[in-house]
Amino acid sequence: MSDVAAEVIAIIAKRIPGQKDDLNPADKLTELGIESIDAIDMIFDLEEKFDIEIPYNANSAQTDFSTVGDVVRAIEQVLARKAASA
Amino acid sequence: MNRVVVTGWGVVSPTGNDAKAYWSSIKSGVCGFGPPTIAPAERLNQKIVAEVKGFDTSAHFSDRELIALDRLSQFAVVAAREAVSQSGLSFDGGRSERTAAIIGTGAGGLMTQDDNYKRLYEEKLTRVHPLTVPRVMVNAPASQVSMYCGIRGPSFAVASACASATHAIGLAFHMVRLGQVDAAVAGGTEACLNFGTIKGWEGMRVMAPDACRPFSKDRKGLVLGEGAAVVVLETYEGAAARGADILGEIVGFGMSADAADLTNPDVGGMSRAMTGALDDARANRSDVQYVNAHGTGTTINDATETEALKAVFGNLAPQLAVSSTKSMVGHALGGAGALEAVATLMAIREGVAPPTMNYLGPDPACDLDFVPNEARDLAIDVAISNSFAFGGLNAVLVFRRFS
Repeated sequence: MSDVAAEVIAIIAKRIPGQKDDLNPADKLTELGIESIDAIDMIFDLEEKFDIEIPYNANSAQTDFSTVGDVVRAIEQVLARKAASA
Repeated sequence: MNRVVVTGWGVVSPTGNDAKAYWSSIKSGVCGFGPPTIAPAERLNQKIVAEVKGFDTSAHFSDRELIALDRLSQFAVVAAREAVSQSGLSFDGGRSERTAAIIGTGAGGLMTQDDNYKRLYEEKLTRVHPLTVPRVMVNAPASQVSMYCGIRGPSFAVASACASATHAIGLAFHMVRLGQVDAAVAGGTEACLNFGTIKGWEGMRVMAPDACRPFSKDRKGLVLGEGAAVVVLETYEGAAARGADILGEIVGFGMSADAADLTNPDVGGMSRAMTGALDDARANRSDVQYVNAHGTGTTINDATETEALKAVFGNLAPQLAVSSTKSMVGHALGGAGALEAVATLMAIREGVAPPTMNYLGPDPACDLDFVPNEARDLAIDVAISNSFAFGGLNAVLVFRRFS
């Protein structure tokens, strides 16, 4: 797992009610107990952490940000674009 | 029409974070003033405020819940939960839909707003927290109280600056009296002792440099406060049927607008609100023993309120015990009327008129009995609580000893 993925997963894990040790890329956020308010708060934390803008729209969240893996991939893509344009 | 009784109260204040601690302080003349600690004191000219102290958010809310709660909503929810818990009222079996939640605030979530201004304009950051809008909105406290208590009837915010909470409780009282609802959770809240808001008040040139000394000679203005209070109102029939401990009764509510100056008070507007409330209560002037005054501590409010009391009560005015509990807790703006309603209910229940603290001696323009510096044992059958807002909006409640 990349450093970025580890950090993203740590931020996601903070949002999960109760304890969950192993997160898998296929885990669905809603099944982990991360509801809409937690999701947008989590996006905010991720943006603050990596100093990026995440193109996230709550209206299409079901498809874009369904699983842990979706979130990790989205952050990696934004960071890659940021690095390319720097 | 229904009789409307009070069966619960809850308080978060600069001198106590529950109703019992609040009353104990008020009765003993404890003042909650100190230097600003929320706002950066070194950049403020104003050196004293009345902050809520020792409010432990983690004792009341999880981290996840706090994401959605500005400080003023935290105060409102904590006060509402205390009031509902004391009342013993449950909202099952259709009662949820027959209960109102009406919470006043002057300005909404100004702590969140101020934090965000700082981020955007000072720190040049590019984003604010995603729940900024629902934290700031003026109805946030009313919505949060409805959600935390499970109240599904009429619910909304009331905004009339320093009279917001009194208008909120008054509206709730009328709704229960008319049978529109069976019960109401009503009150007010404010939390705005941040840098931007205190600067705004510095601009008004109405704040005291040392202490709040209402109706006193050498008074120099108001002291900004914060906090919340909430009461549970029910029909007498409903409360009696479930064997509730009845704490007091609300019998009248009056409102008026000055339609005159934006910030200067008006004898006519104040008088019409008091007269309207007494008429609404079908109370005689001679029934009233105690007045919890608006009493901000500004030169003009206190002189004008004295004149209005004399206009309404005539030759009975000198017999009234009149005090301003703002002399201890400061001016909590949209929360003030609810803090004062609770103080008035407690004064009646315990037979104690709270003091006007920091009183240095009489001012010729304020020549009534202001219960200076020490609480007084006093049998009170009927009391009124005054709230007069910037913008010339006035609201007065009348309370009666329950019997």
